[in-house]
Amino acid sequence: MERRAFLNMSGGAIAAMLMPYGRAIAADELIKPVEVKFKKMLADTAMGAATQAGATYCDVRIGRYLNQFITTRDLNIENVTNTESAGVGVRVIANGAYGFAATSDMTPDGVAGAARQAVAIAKANSKLQTEAVQLAPTPGVGEVSWATPFKKDWRTVPIKEKADLLIAGNKAAMEGGASFIQSLLFQVNQQKYFASTDGSYIDQDLHRLWMPFFATAVDKTTGKFRSRSGLSTPVGMGYEYLDARKEDKFKAAGGVTTLYRGSYDLIEDARAAGKQAKEKLTAKSVEPGKYDMVLSPEHLWLTIHESVGHPTELDRVLGYEANYAGTSFATLDKWQTKKFKYGSDLVNIVADKTTPGSLGAVGYDDEGVKCKRWDIIKDGILVNYQATRDQAHIIGEKESHGCSYADSWSSVQFQRMPNVSLQPGKKKLTPDELVKDVKKGIYIVGDGSFSIDQQRYNFQFGGQLFYEIKDGKIGQMLEDVAYQSNTQEFWNACSAMCDERDWRMGGSFFDGKGQPSQISIVSHGASTTRFNGINVINTARKIG
Amino acid sequence: MKILNQEETKRIADKVMSFSKADECTVTINGSRTGNIRYARNAVSTAGLVENTQLQVQVAFGKKQGTAVINEFDDKSLEKVVRRAEDLARLAPENPEFMPTPDKQVFKPSDTFSKNTDAIDPEYRAQVAAYSIEACRKNKLVAAGFFTDQSAFETVANSRGVFGHQATSGIDFTCTVRTEDGRGSGWVRRDATDVHNFDPRAAAEVAMEKAMRSVDAKALEPGRYTVILEPAATSDLLAYMFNGFDARSADEGRSFLSKKGGGNRLGEKLFDEQVNVWADPWDKDTAVVPWDNNTMLARERMDIIKNGKIANLNYSPYWAKKQGARAVGAPGNIVMAGGSKSTAELIASTKKGVLVTRTWYIRMVDPQTVLLTGLTRDGTFYIENGKIKHPIKNFRFNESPVTMLNNIEEVGRPEVLQGDESQFSLLIPAMKVRDFNFTSLSDAV
Repeated sequence: MERRAFLNMSGGAIAAMLMPYGRAIAADELIKPVEVKFKKMLADTAMGAATQAGATYCDVRIGRYLNQFITTRDLNIENVTNTESAGVGVRVIANGAYGFAATSDMTPDGVAGAARQAVAIAKANSKLQTEAVQLAPTPGVGEVSWATPFKKDWRTVPIKEKADLLIAGNKAAMEGGASFIQSLLFQVNQQKYFASTDGSYIDQDLHRLWMPFFATAVDKTTGKFRSRSGLSTPVGMGYEYLDARKEDKFKAAGGVTTLYRGSYDLIEDARAAGKQAKEKLTAKSVEPGKYDMVLSPEHLWLTIHESVGHPTELDRVLGYEANYAGTSFATLDKWQTKKFKYGSDLVNIVADKTTPGSLGAVGYDDEGVKCKRWDIIKDGILVNYQATRDQAHIIGEKESHGCSYADSWSSVQFQRMPNVSLQPGKKKLTPDELVKDVKKGIYIVGDGSFSIDQQRYNFQFGGQLFYEIKDGKIGQMLEDVAYQSNTQEFWNACSAMCDERDWRMGGSFFDGKGQPSQISIVSHGASTTRFNGINVINTARKIG
Repeated sequence: MKILNQEETKRIADKVMSFSKADECTVTINGSRTGNIRYARNAVSTAGLVENTQLQVQVAFGKKQGTAVINEFDDKSLEKVVRRAEDLARLAPENPEFMPTPDKQVFKPSDTFSKNTDAIDPEYRAQVAAYSIEACRKNKLVAAGFFTDQSAFETVANSRGVFGHQATSGIDFTCTVRTEDGRGSGWVRRDATDVHNFDPRAAAEVAMEKAMRSVDAKALEPGRYTVILEPAATSDLLAYMFNGFDARSADEGRSFLSKKGGGNRLGEKLFDEQVNVWADPWDKDTAVVPWDNNTMLARERMDIIKNGKIANLNYSPYWAKKQGARAVGAPGNIVMAGGSKSTAELIASTKKGVLVTRTWYIRMVDPQTVLLTGLTRDGTFYIENGKIKHPIKNFRFNESPVTMLNNIEEVGRPEVLQGDESQFSLLIPAMKVRDFNFTSLSDAV
């Protein structure tokens, strides 16, 4: 489930969401990593203690999580916070059952104690176990390292430079027409060390950031207000994402706004947002009915996330998430037919944890599995799921898909969504060319309201910007638009998509799952895509 | 780290403040011990215990403010966290909206702690899971559930004499029961401060009964129906709305409580006159600590909706000063007046309608009218002539809680519960509401 907006949260609550056990540290301390030699010694100590206590398998995750976030309101910086969290999580298999324990005591005694506790928990859990855990084989890779490629380290950019950029963006939005604006900058560095009794010692240095904003225009005479969110995307990159480059800009269909890939122009987007939020106040209210929907990647990522990403998580399919996030309509029997038509022939959906700049990109997952790419939907047919080591055998796979993730050293790793993306069309097609064939349609840019049932059949999505398409041309701005559909009907109504030149990723910084809930990060790519005959409702209401 | 008592946290807070050279210093200390057990497919999947204690220090030099958090409590660490907060405050730009921390507050203690809950051990948790798993196995049903219990404390202190410390505890239980063929699904939620008010067997039976009764659901045309909404069906809808009871947003014209032409709708009748809602930190069923952690202001018993009229809005200290209003601690609980009827009695007096166990995945569609969308889940039934006639397929709704609270026909007996995504402790009744707007059908079970 995509977490809902965090705008009403206090700074402390945002810090808590980013890092359950965060503690603030001075900026100069952020960039000194813990020595690999020390981490290997701790990991070997924990694995030794676990094996001696009776574990047949052990993995150790040593994490140091560094975050900085800045929040603003109109022309004021509200808060700047640095947090650090460090500790060790030990997972074992003993008597065929899992056990997990975590400690912030990063000493040999501390990690050995956690390892023994994990074994004791595994032995206790094994009494309730009906089937022994089966791990798909994963070759030990020895001592390796992987790092997010980045050009500019957010940790070394002065706070003043970041604050000035945010305030300049807010100013631009207000000059453009916004009455109010809130903006945020989230920056994350995860230094993750993984070791397992399979013989892997993997050191990874991961960097991510996200700069969302919310601009609101108010007309006090009519009592109406409308908002437009930023069109940036969270990325697995460095601060260079915020150095806007001309070659990374795209004109939306009909030239209605500017879109971005690879870098982001905050000032330009904020100014446009102010203008568009104001324009929304007087935009035409949509006539409900069936429309051909033309969805920009900035919008479609969230529909992919909810209607393809979550239903193809194998733990949901099997029932492990039944009490919270739900189960899935994409059941094993449908997959086994090899004929289940998830979407039209054009629909090819690929899972990966390798796309540069994406949130999911890492070298190895939290079980030490080397990351890769695989098909989920091929020519419209459901062909695979997302699996971890203990699930691979259930779907006849010889190896894990590398989908294991834990949001903290203190959380147990479990199956989380990789990047799940709609592949671009094979024929050359631009957004303007795609719109040409649409007689009665709506073009949506940006993500908005989102809701889907617990088996992922029925969904409803809003957006940021809506434009009428009439006889092949983008027309006036519309408001009060939401579309309702059924996952399988929707994807089978997919009738055209632009080529790779238009392919971009959107993503989520706060994807929630599990009990106790953990957050994850994930990107979804698409090019502008058309869906025929989708039901649109009008969301305008009157109260009191 | 163990759960700290008042003397211990007072000593830490005093020490922290003695290190500070800033104009003002505020200290928040939170600690918790949280146990949990999770199960699915009629087997335990994970169980654990997490202990965490955290100290937050906020300091200000003039209008420049800095915050730092740490989870170590030796003297050196206490001084370090103060210095870090001070460093950040010096780097931070001046905030024109900065408000000084409040003067000494009177915090009348509330009953938020239970020794019974504090005594929960792993065997108790395992037993909670076992009740539903064993009963489901016997009945060819499949259980998935989560039980969590917490003992915790909260401490607030500042350099102007504010000090508060209170222990809290609580349990939360949810269980989803599905039929083996996946055609029926039922659910239950129970929340309590004192675990003695929780009956895991009875709770599991509710979910099991709903699962068995919901098999072979028939499709009903989407449209406007009289509905009986069990408390779990309205908890998140109400929490969304009460999150919006903010005076500043209303005065700025960006809230459903904004008045056309400017100002807010305080004092206006926006709901049916049966609607009475208040916050009360000392409420016996949903007690919360008697202060608001963000502002350190004392909470008060406060009417929120009185006979359908907006009785109070939340003012931040800055906005209160600007508008000449009084700021008090923001509410931590929501109590809605109910009646004496059980859900069964509400059903008995209904000619035609829909019984909704629970709503799910609720999101804001339009903040202008608090239009929310979401779905029914885990037990939706058609009512005819005072009886449950048959299960029906789930619906998506698009409805505003403002409209919902205008269309109330009758309210039932209130129940204690948490929302899926709400920060409030809630005591809310089942409600019979006319013209609830279901907009499409869902195939989900």
